[in-house]
Amino acid sequence: MHTKITAATLAGSFAAALAMAASPAVAQKSDQQKAGQEKCYGVAMAGKNDCAAGPGTSCAGTAKVDYQGNAWKYVPKGTCTTMKTPKGMGSLTPKQS
Amino acid sequence: MFAPIQAEFACALLDPDRPVPQGLRAYTSQRPTRRFAVYRNNVVAGLVNALRAKFPATMRIVGDDFFAAMARVFVMTRPPRTRILHTYGDDLGDFIEEFAPAAELPYLADVARLEAVRTRAYHAADAESLPAAAFSAVDPHTIGSLRVTLHPSLGIVRSRHPVVTIWMMNAGEVEFGPVNENEREDALVLRPGMQVAVRKLPAGGAAFLLALASGATLAEAASCAATDDPDFDLTANLAGMILSGAMTACTPAEGSMP
Amino acid sequence: MQNDLSMMRRVTSLPQAAGIGFKPQHFDDLLATDQPIGFIEVHAENYMGAGGPPHAMLSALHERFALSVHGVAMSIGSMQPLDRDHLACLKILCDRHQPESVSEHLAWSSHGDVYLNDLLPLPYTEETLEQVIAHVDQVQTALDREILLENPSTYLQFADSTIPEAQFLSEIARRTGCGLLLDVNNVFVQARNHGTSPEGYLSDFPLARVKQIHLAGHDVQSDETGAPLLIDAHGSPVAAAVWRLYERVITVTGPLPTLIEWDNDVPDFATLADEARAAGRILARAPQRQAASHVRPDPG
Repeated sequence: MHTKITAATLAGSFAAALAMAASPAVAQKSDQQKAGQEKCYGVAMAGKNDCAAGPGTSCAGTAKVDYQGNAWKYVPKGTCTTMKTPKGMGSLTPKQS
Repeated sequence: MFAPIQAEFACALLDPDRPVPQGLRAYTSQRPTRRFAVYRNNVVAGLVNALRAKFPATMRIVGDDFFAAMARVFVMTRPPRTRILHTYGDDLGDFIEEFAPAAELPYLADVARLEAVRTRAYHAADAESLPAAAFSAVDPHTIGSLRVTLHPSLGIVRSRHPVVTIWMMNAGEVEFGPVNENEREDALVLRPGMQVAVRKLPAGGAAFLLALASGATLAEAASCAATDDPDFDLTANLAGMILSGAMTACTPAEGSMP
Repeated sequence: MQNDLSMMRRVTSLPQAAGIGFKPQHFDDLLATDQPIGFIEVHAENYMGAGGPPHAMLSALHERFALSVHGVAMSIGSMQPLDRDHLACLKILCDRHQPESVSEHLAWSSHGDVYLNDLLPLPYTEETLEQVIAHVDQVQTALDREILLENPSTYLQFADSTIPEAQFLSEIARRTGCGLLLDVNNVFVQARNHGTSPEGYLSDFPLARVKQIHLAGHDVQSDETGAPLLIDAHGSPVAAAVWRLYERVITVTGPLPTLIEWDNDVPDFATLADEARAAGRILARAPQRQAASHVRPDPG
């Protein structure tokens, strides 16, 4: 299946999009513009206390022992057990290791 | 000759089953096992910490113990091929998808992919976004043949799960609430200024942007998007692109200039 | 290997004051501070992206503070060739920000195409000496500037080593014209770890080549025999014994640019600034020795 978009549709959509985007107070986002933005492209979320820098290098060593054998004995125990899913509160059943 | 010892040293760092390399010593011992373990610790703990810093939401979802243990397996099996640590772990999502202990969390791989794309956006080249006014000179009737340049920070994660909602909850942006694991969400990551923003793309939006990124004209991309999702709303997507600062340049097709 | 051109290379020009390692969370504090911070240092590899906040912050800070770019991934101590792409990245970074100092480590950190992300030790032999000299030459030529090479913290030694570390560094500096970065905490850590004396190490060290000093905290553990095993952890204040050793160095060399490194469990800005002020007080007591930072390379 292939959906063709006509030139007229494109022209109309483009004019409407520009009207939506070029509301008077472009510089200081108006409520109307924010509302438009949310409707079109969702709300812009940055993440709290998180600058997305990723890791920094270090020329330091570590005193922490974070080096262990291969035995796997872990079960996810973070927010996955508090996020409500269709399977109920927490889709995970803790397993005995 | 140091080269063979160096090779042995490097291999033993990432393989706990290998013995301490020959040729090492300490003033207290001819087999400095505990001292060699300091280097093993440094390598593994340093790289695990690097992954912790890059994947805070992924870590929050599974908890620190699980994440650290998973990261250790990742570090041992996929040590960095880059010297620039902020690019390390770009393939953590692919790893998680194959990682049996995480199989109960089908959305986890996509959350990790989203976090990797965020870090990439943070370090991407700077560019000015096109303001809405830049499009006012374009003849609406030739709009279909327009090609656009997307912002260098722009990244997309397509997901069969509500990746944006789950990321937002675990990034402290919204309260934890009901999640339908099978609801599809596509994420747009963009840094038009200095702050990386994550948005939920509307229906067909990802297909539209991916087509534009590969050099399609607006008409071709719109057609792709409408094929991808019948609910594709061209007006909303164009407005979203303009308002979010997703474009840095637009080029009319040859011969279509007024 | 040295030629006349090397005399025209850009040399290190940090102020003879205390500086701190820059962490992004301290950006606002740094710009607003009235503390006498002489310079900042960053790890080169964290600024090898194309753009974004890292470069914007660095540009803003460099308008106010001198800048030291400290590489951790060049792997100068590797028996394998240097990574030319990485060297090119360092060159781009230096061209962009024009730092007052560029430094690296006497260590290796990668093997093949795997980056190990730690400063790993090498034996000190005629063979490794030639290799390190060739690598330092290659970096200085590519950057067209002097670099500083830092003495490492080490946790073990090699049976094959024949040259004491201080003499090894001295020979590298003499033959390449590079400067040295003396990490006083590393001196203390390696001496304790190898059952030797830090004062003895320093008495063999070519102090006239030192153009920058590092200070950091270490962690104390022990090996399987119960002997002390100090870890260069950069996660605590500078130890009292290291402060004393630092003062002895500065008394000989005169004031030198001195960096407080704190990379793990990074404290608030005020704590870092306090450490820098403590270094500043010692610098202020030091006798002036103008010649110390202008030592020329020995003739060929």
